[in-house]
Amino acid sequence: MFPTPIQNYSLKVNIGYRLLLLFTLIIWLLPLVAVMLTSMRTFDDVLAGNYWTFPKETATIANYTAVFEGGKMGRFFLNSLIITLPTVIGTLFLSSLAGYSLAMHRFKLNLLVFAMFIAGNFVPYQILMIPVRNISIDMGVYNTHIGLIIFHIAFQTGFCTFFLRNFIKELPFELIEAARADGATEWTIYRKIILPLIVPALAALGVLEFTFIWNDYFWALVLTQGDTVKPITVGLDVLRGQWTTSWNLVSAGSVVAALPPVIMFFILQKQFIQGLTFGAVKG
Amino acid sequence: MTFWERNQLKLAPFLFLAPAILIFLIYVIYPIFDSIWVSFHEWNGMDKEGTRGNGNPNWRWVGLNNYITLFTDDEEFYVSLFNNVRWLIFSLLAIPIGLMLALFVNQKILGMRYIKSLFYFPFVINAVVIGVIFTWFYNPKYGALAYVLGFFGLDPVPFLADENLATYGIIIASFFPGIAYTMILYITGLTGVSREMIEAGRIDGASGFTMLWNVVLPQLKPATLIAIVVTIVGALRSFDLIAVMTAGGPWGSSEVLAYKMYQESLFNYRMGYGAAIATILFLIMDIYIAWFLYRLFKNERSEK
Repeated sequence: MFPTPIQNYSLKVNIGYRLLLLFTLIIWLLPLVAVMLTSMRTFDDVLAGNYWTFPKETATIANYTAVFEGGKMGRFFLNSLIITLPTVIGTLFLSSLAGYSLAMHRFKLNLLVFAMFIAGNFVPYQILMIPVRNISIDMGVYNTHIGLIIFHIAFQTGFCTFFLRNFIKELPFELIEAARADGATEWTIYRKIILPLIVPALAALGVLEFTFIWNDYFWALVLTQGDTVKPITVGLDVLRGQWTTSWNLVSAGSVVAALPPVIMFFILQKQFIQGLTFGAVKG
Repeated sequence: MTFWERNQLKLAPFLFLAPAILIFLIYVIYPIFDSIWVSFHEWNGMDKEGTRGNGNPNWRWVGLNNYITLFTDDEEFYVSLFNNVRWLIFSLLAIPIGLMLALFVNQKILGMRYIKSLFYFPFVINAVVIGVIFTWFYNPKYGALAYVLGFFGLDPVPFLADENLATYGIIIASFFPGIAYTMILYITGLTGVSREMIEAGRIDGASGFTMLWNVVLPQLKPATLIAIVVTIVGALRSFDLIAVMTAGGPWGSSEVLAYKMYQESLFNYRMGYGAAIATILFLIMDIYIAWFLYRLFKNERSEK
């Protein structure tokens, strides 16, 4: 163990360590606590400049209702879901097919295709912006959910294929050779052998992709217009302009916009960290 | 044996890869070349065959003019470029800070699992919310920073309204998810550090910083590498926080290349000029892409 286990030290050090840990955690979470508290305050309380006190008079229900009714947060929230869920499923499907092929099939351009997916993944968004916007307009999918979904699937397929190819490469090749010898088709191998074995990887990627897409701001800005398609990130930004100093409403909106990935993180933390740290430990 | 059964090992890779490759070519590879092509033109984004109000065509070949203007006649370009450098350098601070926090919480005590999750979760909060929170934090009138400074009898510092400080203010905001991320990487990395080597180090009398530097850090190399790659890419991509917190201001002082490109293209209708900025950003990123691919394939080969 490094550092030395705290249990090896005296009681004083142990108590000191725990206090310091608590203190650090409080400082770390202070901005988020302030937002949560403010989302429960009345506007008068906000005007008076109270941040750190627990609100005497809470307006939690009023604030959150206002966010959904006056602020169209419901629409934006729904848009985010409509965009995010199909993207995650579509990306995982395409990249698991591609990842299987790149890991288990031998053909000439294998490494080149693999390199393309990796390199594309690092590209700055701005070099894609103008053409992607024009393609979307030409195909009639600008400012539609499907327009954002297709683009996200395309871009995320790079990262996911990279990830899944490396994961599948670790699986025992004999398994596939045996199935091939038994006359199984490639599709059956993918469906009956590969897919069940990569469930942990798909789960890890799924939660990661959900977060990436939910949190996307740039592409939503470039590929949408008006309120009907905007996801919650851009929606919140627009509403912030309208609410200006109503920090209680801005805070409530922020909590709503941040919540789904946070809940998902706490429920599926193991998968999340596996996805995020893939390759961070020497194998 | 049918045709499919005989040839499926040859055909399968093509069929399995086709959808992914096709969509990737259309939406990622082709746009790169198209953007470079656009960067040699003057274009307001309208119909390429049409003309502007002043009689000039909407779409016109200008050769390297956009690049020449950028380098010789656009002060904002240098401001943006310099800000990108600042992002690049200062963002890297998230790595040692994340390592320090990871070492700090790498203990087995009651409830540590939950404490760790509370340290991690800012990573999943989107940039708009982070931006909103920190804009408010810096607000000289209502913000928490002014409040804390006031407590010590100091005047508020209007971070985001100050030309020299705005970029730093935004970078600090980016630390919140950034440190959470590097911390996650390092804690996972620390679980893979060999006990035997630590014990051997202890016997040799290493402890504290010597142990960290000579025994632990070398074993954390994969985590450090990922942290560096992701942080650098993130720094060159920085856009969201800038758009939310300052919109590039005050007076363009916090713009970066990504933001300037977006502004020029979609607000000033200078698509060709924007594409030229994007191309420069792309060329800078290429250095990292090349380095990453080189490393990857070197490892790939050594495995065989």
